[in-house]
Amino acid sequence: MKLTINGADREVNAPSDMPLLWVLRDLLGLTGTKFGCGVAQCGACTVHVDGAPKRSCVTPVSAAEGKKITTIEGLSANGDHPVQRAWAELDVVQCGYCQSGQIMAAAALLSATPDPTDADIDAAMSGNICRCGTYQRVRAAVHRAAGAKA
Amino acid sequence: MGATIHPSRREFLRTGALVTGGLVIAFAAPGAGRLVFAEPARSRSPFAPNAFLRVGSDDTVTVLLSHSEMGQGIWTALPMLIAEELDADWSRIRVEHAPAAQVYGHTAFGIQMTGGSSSTWSEFDRYRQAGALARALLVQAAAQRFGVAAADCRTENGAVIAGAKRARYGELAEAAAALPAPKTVPLKDPKDWKLIGKPTRRLDTPEKITGRATFGIDVQFDGLLTAVVLRGPVFGAKVKSFDAARAKAVPGVRAVVEVPTGVAVLADHFWAAKLGRDALTVEWEMGSGASLDSDALREEFHRLAGTRGSSAGRAGNTGTALGAAAKTLEAAYYVPYLAHAMMEPPNCTVRLGADKCEIWSGTQFQTLDQQLAAKITGLKPEQVEVHTTFLGGGFGRRANPTSDFVTEAVHVAKASGQPVKVIWTREDDMHGGYYRPSYVHRARVGLGSDGMPVAWEHTIAGQSIAVGTPFEAMIVQKGIDNTSVEGVADSPYLKEIPNHRVELHSPKTPISVLWWRSVGHSHNGFVMESLIDEAADAAGVDPLAYRRKLLAKHPRHLGVLNLAADKAGWGTPLPAGRARGVAVHESFGSFVSQVAEVSADRGRIRVHRVTCAIDCGIAVNPLMIAAQMESGIAFGLGAALYSALHLKEGRVQESNFHDYRVLRLDEMPVVEVHIVPSREKSGGVGEPGVPPIAPAVANAVFTLTGQRLRELPLQLAKTGVARA
Repeated sequence: MKLTINGADREVNAPSDMPLLWVLRDLLGLTGTKFGCGVAQCGACTVHVDGAPKRSCVTPVSAAEGKKITTIEGLSANGDHPVQRAWAELDVVQCGYCQSGQIMAAAALLSATPDPTDADIDAAMSGNICRCGTYQRVRAAVHRAAGAKA
Repeated sequence: MGATIHPSRREFLRTGALVTGGLVIAFAAPGAGRLVFAEPARSRSPFAPNAFLRVGSDDTVTVLLSHSEMGQGIWTALPMLIAEELDADWSRIRVEHAPAAQVYGHTAFGIQMTGGSSSTWSEFDRYRQAGALARALLVQAAAQRFGVAAADCRTENGAVIAGAKRARYGELAEAAAALPAPKTVPLKDPKDWKLIGKPTRRLDTPEKITGRATFGIDVQFDGLLTAVVLRGPVFGAKVKSFDAARAKAVPGVRAVVEVPTGVAVLADHFWAAKLGRDALTVEWEMGSGASLDSDALREEFHRLAGTRGSSAGRAGNTGTALGAAAKTLEAAYYVPYLAHAMMEPPNCTVRLGADKCEIWSGTQFQTLDQQLAAKITGLKPEQVEVHTTFLGGGFGRRANPTSDFVTEAVHVAKASGQPVKVIWTREDDMHGGYYRPSYVHRARVGLGSDGMPVAWEHTIAGQSIAVGTPFEAMIVQKGIDNTSVEGVADSPYLKEIPNHRVELHSPKTPISVLWWRSVGHSHNGFVMESLIDEAADAAGVDPLAYRRKLLAKHPRHLGVLNLAADKAGWGTPLPAGRARGVAVHESFGSFVSQVAEVSADRGRIRVHRVTCAIDCGIAVNPLMIAAQMESGIAFGLGAALYSALHLKEGRVQESNFHDYRVLRLDEMPVVEVHIVPSREKSGGVGEPGVPPIAPAVANAVFTLTGQRLRELPLQLAKTGVARA
């Protein structure tokens, strides 16, 4: 089937119920999107499908066919999306494993809600677990990115 | 910068050698002597003065990390040590994990490993010396080129300068490489430090915010298969027989092989391997693990803790003192089994050839992985190449004396004859053991007429982490596993209590256990700091004032306690429905105090703010120290409020993040970190932020509700009414 990923058309040979996560990682080599739980509980696998945040670990690849898929690799050309810039400025990452998902969730939040309140951030980001506990900086970086965009 | 050795460290150092996999590895002698064991240059860099750095002709300085980056920030802190002495251009620093080799052995523990919050303090001298040695050679090369004396040269930002003459390190690299290394080189006077102590942003951020960072699970190459393993449903279960027919019929499945831990399904990709595993039929020989029940274990540990155990420390006569005490209090505490649940589940990639075994893994234990893989494959340890990737969290789970997730992958590669990446699912991780052990503590505390403790009897019951591992000789002394009693047996409070007795029972169960971020301190800090609060309450004294009095002769404890209390506004009014609690605890050479501000809404504990003070001696990178305090608080708070594993009929009841709860963003308190300025030897920072948070919260809950919660996770009685 044909997928549109990060602006490029990609042909994959995958069973229709194969989760998008494993298509991205194992068939297309896009390993920036992470496996954390497999049941949409941790958010590490978050990508954008037509601009909306989706847990790719429970999204069958067939559901993404014909839609625009964006992964962390395609969020910006040079790692300079306002969210990525804010992440770097506030030294958010620690082990880094969940951060692709955090950044994709934050970018989706900001495109839907350009100036989010703390409650907006709670609602949009509490599904993304970080065992290093970078939450305080995630929150601050989302606010900073919102300011940078305005 | 004294040579302070903390008790837990002394435990490690007491026995001069560590036995691993039948081999004895002598402890490395820390210091300049180690630097002469230069690795042969592994790249085109013309100048590799020692195993820890290379200077490229393009002016890059590549730092090789003898420890693993798992979030704690050594990817930045260790290069800071080298760059400080080298006067390197910070923008030209590159970082790599070192291969597994003896030269990278831990300066205190011998083997190549990351743990015990030790990377920065243990490398403080070695990495600075590595930088200073390289600088000396570059200066000498420049002096020859300039025709001046070395003493007339100075270094700055990656260049040697003498008067109007200037040469970049890259230009000097080749000439420097030809010079003989000096025997000793002086280190900078701390007053001249430019980088050490400067808040410095992480060097691994660019890779980690773009998805380019390679974790173990991201390793890919042509021909690599992915495997998942069906492991026994209970601890100790063995495969009796299996039927792979349906599994092999799944498209993409390439092989099904039996390994010591279960049955592995290898496929073109993870999804096929997982579907193949779902289609497997395995008959198990269950063994004694099938009757395990965590409630029954808790009862058994409780009973044991009511009997005399092995002595971990005593003074005076507790029996007499308790009899004469003006007041006594008696309490039992409980903590559950816990999973590490790092975001990247365990995984390991292995390519096995006739004379080489290559391993890619985010590991904390390179030397053990290498030796155990050698044993399985029949190769020599030096024929086993360990490629350390970034670790998607470690917390101790990737420092396993049995190297379980590595050895299993080696077995799968060996049995299948295929290069393979074994991936654990989250459920595999939750069910797979190597948990923080569950413990019961029982204590009797006698107070004198002034309300201060005069007698303290304390018995701990729970599984030993070290017994049966290569670390046993080092950690277990006279029947006491130090990791079970650290933070109690060496408590500063007990030093001030004339009659005390700490005893330990280490019952064995089939459940595999392991160090979990802050190890024994993760429960012992909770119990000690709760008990002291109980004593303060029984004495009718403010819990901060009570601690101050007891810790009067412990200046570093007192320093962080006072700083945290001051910054938190201890004693100042709070909004209705909120209360503060305090705790202070030393671990891994650092002292941390936290004040938590909590509320309880319809039985739900919320932590709004945590004020944290740390004294970790020399603060190499204050930015990273603050991050690690935030991290330890979030990690510890998840366990304090939510996490627990239960076993019924041998089956672990929890399976994923929906029923094994950890802290989420909307539950994160505002955390404020204050660092005590200090010239003491550096302590750890990765773990010491964890122990104080549970008791600080529990103590606040007591002030707020009158409920003394003696069990983790903390749960308010449904009838609890706020009294503050």
